[in-house]
Amino acid sequence: MQFEMPSLIPVLPELFLLTMACVILVVDLFLKEEQRVLTYALTQVSLVLAICIVYLTTGTQAEVVFHGSVIRDAMGDVLKVAIYLISIGAFLYAKDYLQDRDLFKGEFYVIALFAVLGMTVMVSANSFLTVYLGLELLALSLYALVAFDRNSKGGSEAAMKYFVLGALASGMLLYGISMIYGATGSIEFQSVAKAVSASGMDDMVLVFGLAFVVIGLAFKFGAVPLHMWVPDVYHGAPTAVTLFIGSTPKIAAFALAMRLLVDGLEPLHADWQGMLVILAVLSMALGNVVAIAQTNIKRMLAYSTISHVGFILLGILAGTDKGYTAAMFYSIVYALMALGGFGIVMLLSRRGFEAENLDDYKGLHDRSPWFAAMMMLLMFSMAGVPPTVGFFAKLFVLEAVVSIDMTWLALVGVFFSIIGVYYYLRIVKLMYFDKPVDETPLTASIDTQIALSVNGLMMLLLGFFPASILSICAAAIAAS
Amino acid sequence: MFADWPILSLTIWLPIIGGVMVLASGDKAANATRWTALAISILTFIVSLPLYGGFDAGTAEMQFVERVSWISLFNVEYYLGIDGISMPLIILTTFITVFVIIAAWEVIQYKPASYLAAFLIMEGVMVGVFASLDAVLFYVFWEAMLIPMFLIIGVWGGPNRVYATIKFFLYTFFGSVFMLVALIYMYFQSGTFDILAFHDLKLGLTEQILIFIAFLLAFAVKVPMWPVHTWLPDAHVEAPTGGSVILAAIMLKIGGYGFLRFSLPISPDASHQLDWLIISMSLIAVVYIGFVALVQQDMKKLIAYSSIAHMGFVTLGFFIVFTIFANPEADTGAMLGVEGGMVQMVSHGFISAALFLCVGVLYDRVHSRQISDYGGVVNTMPLFAGFMVFFAMANAGLPGTSGFVGEFMVILASFRADFWYAFLAATTLIIGAAYTLWMVKRVIFGAVENDNVAALQDINSREIVILGSLALAVLVLGLWPGPLVEVMDASIANLLQHVAVSKL
Repeated sequence: MQFEMPSLIPVLPELFLLTMACVILVVDLFLKEEQRVLTYALTQVSLVLAICIVYLTTGTQAEVVFHGSVIRDAMGDVLKVAIYLISIGAFLYAKDYLQDRDLFKGEFYVIALFAVLGMTVMVSANSFLTVYLGLELLALSLYALVAFDRNSKGGSEAAMKYFVLGALASGMLLYGISMIYGATGSIEFQSVAKAVSASGMDDMVLVFGLAFVVIGLAFKFGAVPLHMWVPDVYHGAPTAVTLFIGSTPKIAAFALAMRLLVDGLEPLHADWQGMLVILAVLSMALGNVVAIAQTNIKRMLAYSTISHVGFILLGILAGTDKGYTAAMFYSIVYALMALGGFGIVMLLSRRGFEAENLDDYKGLHDRSPWFAAMMMLLMFSMAGVPPTVGFFAKLFVLEAVVSIDMTWLALVGVFFSIIGVYYYLRIVKLMYFDKPVDETPLTASIDTQIALSVNGLMMLLLGFFPASILSICAAAIAAS
Repeated sequence: MFADWPILSLTIWLPIIGGVMVLASGDKAANATRWTALAISILTFIVSLPLYGGFDAGTAEMQFVERVSWISLFNVEYYLGIDGISMPLIILTTFITVFVIIAAWEVIQYKPASYLAAFLIMEGVMVGVFASLDAVLFYVFWEAMLIPMFLIIGVWGGPNRVYATIKFFLYTFFGSVFMLVALIYMYFQSGTFDILAFHDLKLGLTEQILIFIAFLLAFAVKVPMWPVHTWLPDAHVEAPTGGSVILAAIMLKIGGYGFLRFSLPISPDASHQLDWLIISMSLIAVVYIGFVALVQQDMKKLIAYSSIAHMGFVTLGFFIVFTIFANPEADTGAMLGVEGGMVQMVSHGFISAALFLCVGVLYDRVHSRQISDYGGVVNTMPLFAGFMVFFAMANAGLPGTSGFVGEFMVILASFRADFWYAFLAATTLIIGAAYTLWMVKRVIFGAVENDNVAALQDINSREIVILGSLALAVLVLGLWPGPLVEVMDASIANLLQHVAVSKL
């Protein structure tokens, strides 16, 4: 047997991040409490360097390395950069929050970096096994993060639920993968795809395997009917962690869907399309309707996530390049919106006070007109009202659905988004039309303020120039 | 000389950027802010004038065209241009906004900078709606319009403002999302979002009917037509004066404009098939809503219902064309109907704005809109009474005012379509006169009813300027509608030619 040392260049970003996570773990041991900020700085620097490495090592051709386990392509590169960038934002917003609550520990950053690593492994997976590895690395890190505040009962409960349900879903996914392996004799995406198109769609084992894979996928996305964990985890976790769970993993979930369903099981498109239609319709319906009944903003945003997942699925199920582009655009934009939304929630919270109830947003316009305006932009963007970028995300997805003659699905989508508008408007109403109950001035460090402002204004700016990100996504999808 | 300038972009972006500046300047130097806002609105009006001056009335082609690619992947363009249908409405927008800014001068003390900024931004967005020739661009402006209005009603509105503004937003949003799906559908049929390309797109009857219904949902809510009008009285009553003025004078016209730009040319056969529906809805609006207006106790509500009735005339004028086409003797009747509808839109823009401003004048002094709280205002405010009576007469369609021209043209045209249409439409001359003049009688004339009225001060020079200018506009348009009709002649003739040809 010939043993060949594969080139490490394509996986350099992941290797670097892994090394840095270990380095930070060790360095943090030697830091005193007041030097902890160094851990934070190192984390951010690692992420920035990881972006540079992706940029420097990017190639024009897709490369498959490690005997077909890992792929380095344009879509992966774009998604990785998005994940790194949004993680930087999430850590930035989280800093003040963690410091105020004595949660500013080195472990947070180490675990979070492992989560980021897990996501990027998923993004660059080319076989079922690699996907599963990345997924579990992400999931285990997230379980720990949810329970990061040891004194919080809610946090522990949420982590427990998340862990049990997540393990179940991983089991389903693995079961599905094993069936597909049984039917095709391979775990590498290209050869699975080849075997599937050869055997045709009638293979019962294959379709069963697909169903289980979709179940696992739906759980990771938080799509109805496998959404039960989402509100509880969003609610129970410390807001800094909710922010992290709510933003980047959606991009990773998109990558997961692309790798599993498109790279691996594209020949079964007709089968999984129907499954995704059901998931998408249910998610949009339940997410939007139940969000209305929430009085806690974290739960409300959790249900809003569910409805957005429905829209992302619409783009994927179209099964066209434009549909994938639209879904990719949507998931990146959604991660940005969630980042900003939870960022504002953290801005309003302070030591001993969590701005979790909708009533805490009353009169924000009087307390801080600027951040009220940012939150308004974010809310209108989530609602999909032009000229914010959220509208374009919806527009592109709807176009994808109409293009495959599923206009009825587009009608369902817009119908539920009308219902959705109501609860986003309610936040704007509370901020602008009501008098403040709580007059405490907002305190936030200047870097958080700048980042939040950029985040909010991006909703408008990307709305004026949606082509900027869209063309990147289109190029990435076309190349892979 | 102006042909090469991006005048449309200027008219759109000058007030929007100006509005952002006004917003940023804050409320510290409120007076300077007011002057800045006024300067921006006047400048925008001046910038928009070359659209009239440089307009070539002899052609139905789009003029002042600006076309740049915007989202190339989906073939979306930043595509602006105007014809004789949109140009008068753009000038109406820039004209009315100036008075809205002046009307807010002393009245708005709570966050004046944000208030003025909202109106300036809305001005730009509304001009954008009229000027867009790309469907996505149109939709972006169309929806973006909701955000400032939502805030205006919600922040500066009356006691029940939250209910009114959320109802307003959801109602209009509900209407328009289905239009979005229709637009996307047509994109896949034609490969472009160019509205003019949609006009020439061949569509089957079922497709046309579905598209027509989607458009109807959007435009009927906006106009508003009976039975989807219920948001309007609520929004009007709760909105601050400026909000009511913009709502009545311009936003409603956007619905009417939509019928001309989208429904009729894109789905002519469906419009033909379903014209009975629109005509009945219009006639119900004219007659039934007229009676509803009669029993109102609140002045703003009364004018709101009167707006619905008047907009019924507009849609009636637009949709009787098919009945007229079927009647070979009536050669120019169709022209008359659509032009009448257009004149009615512009004229109603002036009159409803003026009436809402009149109510605003009273409300600022007495803080009540109930008719019963007034009586004998003429004794303490003779000058104001003169203006109010004049505008009321115009609203009732007195010959010599602009209100007469549009109504007369539409009634004339409906005679060529069907006697009973004309008969029902003409009842407005009686009902309209009844509710308007009865209100004027109870508010303005009679003996001084109470201390509030006795203490009233007549209008100041600022208010005279506003009401005087609008009165002049109403009078000029009423006596000499020629210039307005001439600019739209070619475009409407072209539209009708297009509509007369079946797409099947």
